[in-house]
Amino acid sequence: MIETETRSVVVERDLAHPPEKVWRALTISELMAEWMLPNDFQPTVGQKFSLRTQPVGGWDGVVAGEVLEVEPPARLAYRWGVGDAATGINTVVIWTLTATRTGTHLRMEQTGFRPEQERNYQGAKYGWSKFFGGLEQVLRRID
Amino acid sequence: MRTNPDPLFTALADPTRRTLLERLIRDGEQTVHALTARAGVSQPAVSKHLAVLKQAGLVRPRRHGRETHYRAEPKGLKPLADWMGHYTAFWEERFDRLENLLDRMDQ
Repeated sequence: MIETETRSVVVERDLAHPPEKVWRALTISELMAEWMLPNDFQPTVGQKFSLRTQPVGGWDGVVAGEVLEVEPPARLAYRWGVGDAATGINTVVIWTLTATRTGTHLRMEQTGFRPEQERNYQGAKYGWSKFFGGLEQVLRRID
Repeated sequence: MRTNPDPLFTALADPTRRTLLERLIRDGEQTVHALTARAGVSQPAVSKHLAVLKQAGLVRPRRHGRETHYRAEPKGLKPLADWMGHYTAFWEERFDRLENLLDRMDQ
């Protein structure tokens, strides 16, 4: 199961290309490197891979991935981890491709933003998601 | 793309501190005394937590007589939203590049 109780980033776009073609751009390593990041991705469930970008500050620039779902040409999900398990982020990126009259509706959801230590999350009586629920209200008031 | 900006995330990583902050946001300014009464931890522990929240710019103390009052500084949470914004910006830019690649690709 993929967690849905945490915060997500969602980006959607209508593309003038068929899902099969978009799928190739999302899953073939060389093509992914052209628009996303250099990688050793393989579209096989359970496969671990890494995406590389420039090191910044204390971060080595490596995104640790693991393929979770492969349903061509409709759905692709992989783990997206940055930094170490204790202080880094552990999210899941879910791609959904829906055929439209003009091509493909592509949706990317990066979910699981939970910027705190894993053990705290496990033991927390006050859930992070609950906190964020309140946070959103607070931020609305500021804007 | 970047990892957690400190000390905001360090401050929010602790459930007791989150509870204290939430209470200040919800109920307004309170004394350390009042906060301790409901925190389930000792006053020195509460003071220590408040000091971490203060360092992160999330609360502001006010001395009144012998008591220290604390109030929340919700603006301090702004970088958290910005942090999520970094990822949105990252993906928006990648979508542009993906679209560009698709235009160049053969069927």
